[in-house]
Amino acid sequence: MKRVLLFLIPLTAFLLLVVFLGVGLNRDPREIPSPFIGKPAPNFTLTQLQAPDKTFSPKDMEGKVWLLNVWASWCVACREEHPVLLDFSKLGVVPIMGLNYKDGRKEGAETLEKLGDPYQLSAFDADGRVGIDYGVYGVPETFVIDKHGVIRYKQIGPVTPEVISEKLLPLIKELNRA
Amino acid sequence: MPKFFLGFILALTTALSLLAHADEAKPVAADPVLEQRVKAITEELRCLVCQNQTIADSHADLAIDLRNQVREKLAQGMSDKEIIDFMVQRYGDFVLYRPPVKSTTWLLWFGPFLLLAGGFAFLGWKLSRREPAAEALPASDMQRAAELLGASSETKEST
Repeated sequence: MKRVLLFLIPLTAFLLLVVFLGVGLNRDPREIPSPFIGKPAPNFTLTQLQAPDKTFSPKDMEGKVWLLNVWASWCVACREEHPVLLDFSKLGVVPIMGLNYKDGRKEGAETLEKLGDPYQLSAFDADGRVGIDYGVYGVPETFVIDKHGVIRYKQIGPVTPEVISEKLLPLIKELNRA
Repeated sequence: MPKFFLGFILALTTALSLLAHADEAKPVAADPVLEQRVKAITEELRCLVCQNQTIADSHADLAIDLRNQVREKLAQGMSDKEIIDFMVQRYGDFVLYRPPVKSTTWLLWFGPFLLLAGGFAFLGWKLSRREPAAEALPASDMQRAAELLGASSETKEST
């Protein structure tokens, strides 16, 4: 009995350590729980990327479930995400608004012209201040905002077809019913 | 469980940050007193882009922006605490290199002491179960041993 314990105790300790380390390895350290979930989306008023004389504010979207997608022409992962967003926008389930983050007006507009524009419009956040207000630290990021202007979900990193079918669509359906 | 991991990672990264002393970013404002305060605050904040660096150390774009925000807010007369709260509001407790003591971080703060107490308890239990040391030999045996030893030494001398 004693001999068995002598083996079992270190073995269990080791397996426990392996499990802990294994879980730790599989967690993405870039995904930080957002303190914004369940909180009202910070308000702002910015000019539109393609129409500098017009402005956009989250207040304009009241009563609608919508997506705010933070992107930039210099962001490589956004390129990867772009076709997925384009397809998603064609479904017409939800308005997608862009937040053009720390970009140039010319570069941003040219990117959309070349690759296609999934956004109803993009707000132009040249100095990244609105980004900071939304706790943006890695583009692309996507917020799901409900009819009352409350942030319900935040996707850090590119939106993929899996994210759309598993997370976004069910959530948008649920929020639209509410 | 994930909370525990977050705590573990926080503890680890904090430890690592003590070892790492990267190049400090050049101060921008002309006012050295203000710059000192900017530095003090940003050294308490984690850069979210390169997570093992403070906002003071990091050269990431976001860190530069956040340093500018801190500088601006100090110039506007905001207190250190107000600025820290501003950051936590946006990025969560994760930005703090000193995690606050609250129910989700109890394990982080008190876990090591718990382990220490557990270690002592185990040691005490082990010691209490130890067999008492063998009793000293009875007097008769000791005497016999002395005789034998004495005898052997005598024989040695005689040879």
